[in-house]
Amino acid sequence: MPDFQIKKTPKDYDVCIVGSGAGGGMAAYVLANAGIKVVLLEAGPLYDPAKNVTQMKWPWESPRRGASTPLRHFGDFDAAYGGWELDGEPYTHKDGTKFDWFRSRMLGGRTNHWGRISLRFGPKDFKRRSIDGLGDDWPIGYEDVAPYYDKIDQLIGIFGSKENLPNDPDSIFLPPPKPRLHELFIKEAGNKLSIPVIPSRLSILTKPINKERGACFFCAQCNRGCTVYGDFSSSSVLVNPALKTGNVDVIPNAMVREVNTNSEGKATGVSFVNKDDKQEYTVNAKVVVLAASACESARLLLNSKSTQFPNGLANSSGVVGKYLHDSTGADMGGILPKLVGRKRYNEDGVGGMHVYSPWWLENKKLDFPRGYHIEYYGGMGMPGYGYGFGMHNTNSQYAGRDGQKRGGGYGASLKDDYRYFYGATFGMSGRGESIAMESNYCEIDPTTVDKYGIPVLRFHYKWTDHEVKQAKHMKETFAEIIETMGGVVTWGKASAENDYGLQAPGRIIHEVGTTRMGNDPKKSVVNKHNQAHDVDNLFIVDGGPFVSQADKNPTWTILALSMRASEYIIDELKKQNI
Amino acid sequence: MDRRKYLKTLAVSSLGATALLQQSCEPATEKTPEGPTFTIDRTPEELAREQKLLSETFFDEHEMKTIRILSDIIIPKDEVSGSASEAKVPEFIAFIVKDMPRHQTPMRGGLKWLDIQCMKRFNADFASCTPTQQIEMVDEIAYPEKAKPELQQGVAFFNLMRDLTACGFFTSEIGIKDLGYVGNKPNQWDGVPQDVLDQYGVKYDERTLAESVKFDS
Repeated sequence: MPDFQIKKTPKDYDVCIVGSGAGGGMAAYVLANAGIKVVLLEAGPLYDPAKNVTQMKWPWESPRRGASTPLRHFGDFDAAYGGWELDGEPYTHKDGTKFDWFRSRMLGGRTNHWGRISLRFGPKDFKRRSIDGLGDDWPIGYEDVAPYYDKIDQLIGIFGSKENLPNDPDSIFLPPPKPRLHELFIKEAGNKLSIPVIPSRLSILTKPINKERGACFFCAQCNRGCTVYGDFSSSSVLVNPALKTGNVDVIPNAMVREVNTNSEGKATGVSFVNKDDKQEYTVNAKVVVLAASACESARLLLNSKSTQFPNGLANSSGVVGKYLHDSTGADMGGILPKLVGRKRYNEDGVGGMHVYSPWWLENKKLDFPRGYHIEYYGGMGMPGYGYGFGMHNTNSQYAGRDGQKRGGGYGASLKDDYRYFYGATFGMSGRGESIAMESNYCEIDPTTVDKYGIPVLRFHYKWTDHEVKQAKHMKETFAEIIETMGGVVTWGKASAENDYGLQAPGRIIHEVGTTRMGNDPKKSVVNKHNQAHDVDNLFIVDGGPFVSQADKNPTWTILALSMRASEYIIDELKKQNI
Repeated sequence: MDRRKYLKTLAVSSLGATALLQQSCEPATEKTPEGPTFTIDRTPEELAREQKLLSETFFDEHEMKTIRILSDIIIPKDEVSGSASEAKVPEFIAFIVKDMPRHQTPMRGGLKWLDIQCMKRFNADFASCTPTQQIEMVDEIAYPEKAKPELQQGVAFFNLMRDLTACGFFTSEIGIKDLGYVGNKPNQWDGVPQDVLDQYGVKYDERTLAESVKFDS
């Protein structure tokens, strides 16, 4: 017997899904509930927020008080494993450009970390080229996706308020929580500046919606995963219920190498390496659904080369990997002197902001296209690693309770400064829409493989003037809000030299666009049903098919499109079309 | 083949899938054979890393003695709460420099700088100086804007020492109680307390009151 052989898993499936995040979890949920036999491959371990607990723990239960580690970049208490770099799984860059790729290999993927900000795209967001001549229109419109947004609102649960805004459609909302104190001041400032500040729209259950999931108990720790499933994560809300149907097998630690095809050019399943026994496997299915993340799915396609598909699978257009785009991001924070020495009470609230600002301006009057929304934070949160850092900068500008500006110091007076300034700081972040560009892409690095021998991605990404000008506008707006609140900017001041603090592409973790959707097979990878133009039994349901990003977080739209594509798969399987 | 049989097959052909499944279903308290116990979720890779870090020693006894004295100068016991060393801040600092090697040279070098300064002034290392001498030295480096230019290295060290001490203290059980953080417990957020709203002269508008979540009790 040779040392090396490929084993075939002993069961064939209707559908093989690669990836268990928002897109893959939703596909598994919809397909399994329709009685379809599904195998769900996940490149990381199993994870259940009710069992793998970091919620309701105190800072001292982590020896590093919750600080970031190479194995958990968002900190010791964050639910998401992994981060910007993974041991033995490099990625590279071309021409000195930048792209930071966040990967969380675990059941539920990056839904274990995200902020639960669940915004629908609006009618304009699907037709941007028709409005400003940049990028491309989607082959579908808001009216195609709206029924799925409705279903997802009810299946998953989201709070918010009815606003009837033209491009920020309302969901079917649970009641929102009341604003915190600093959020009331932000709202006041917004009123004065004509910037809308409205209840946030987060997929957190302020009221129970079924017996499987509990309601939010206001610990502010959604990023740690919720033991009562009071918020949305793919593992608790989609994969677990899918497993209960008996129609899904999950194979964890399965790192997929490529999509296999037959002589007719149809997908037959995938090959994967099992990270535990290091053995090679194949699994067969009638339909393959990729949901490995926009970049990982592109990587899989580009690595699935054959004589029939010399450019990689589903890539006759040459578009796979191109039009990669992330949200823009810039941030600023300050201190609100009127909040020093404030009265203590529990203001944890939900895991995230209670108010936010949707995009409010007309681009005709601005020097950049598209817009951004603003997220806010602050108040009396639980201290963790980094708490109190830089006090010498704060107490040099502001007097303590004793009327003295210490400018550093030590002893009982310094100790009291930490108490006095606690809860008086706040900040805000803009998250905006960039233009999808053909020249921003990921491709296979011709010389580098990961520890499994899989060729890795090489990124080429440059922001343009559009995004830099947007960041400049964000910073000017933030400074105006902070000043109007009576606050003082303490961090995040920026200038042209550093592109106005515009974060590197990838940092906002909204990667989309690499397998974009379109009616023309020469210019797009999938059709309006997320089905590959070149391979009719291959679907992509992560952020890859996005034609444009919108100034919204992508998760709600990934979920809606995955549900829509899954219903199409069910139909096509019934009709024996695939 | 049914799912159970399939999983069994997998268990034979690829031990890992089910082995890991069992591991992940264990309660949240993870243990290593002779290693530390954690009350928070730890992956096998994290447990291995924690064990390695906890088995290492960075600071020597003299350095730890100096850190202890400095941390209690920065955060002393007062009428509200105990001192940095009572909150085990020196132990936190000893761990964090192993976890974050970037702090190692600034801390080790800074401690040495301090000893050399004290040797020149008082003919004794910092820890062996009298409390009065120690405070005299600290006064020279604790106020960045007032410190002499030639003492800026000491200022940088003291800033780091102040940051780590305060962070270690206010993330300890003693420190959180002192700070008055009263969250991290199940509750119903029903808005800012009325007396606080009154204090700042703000109120919820009628629309907010009407549409926000209400609680039965």
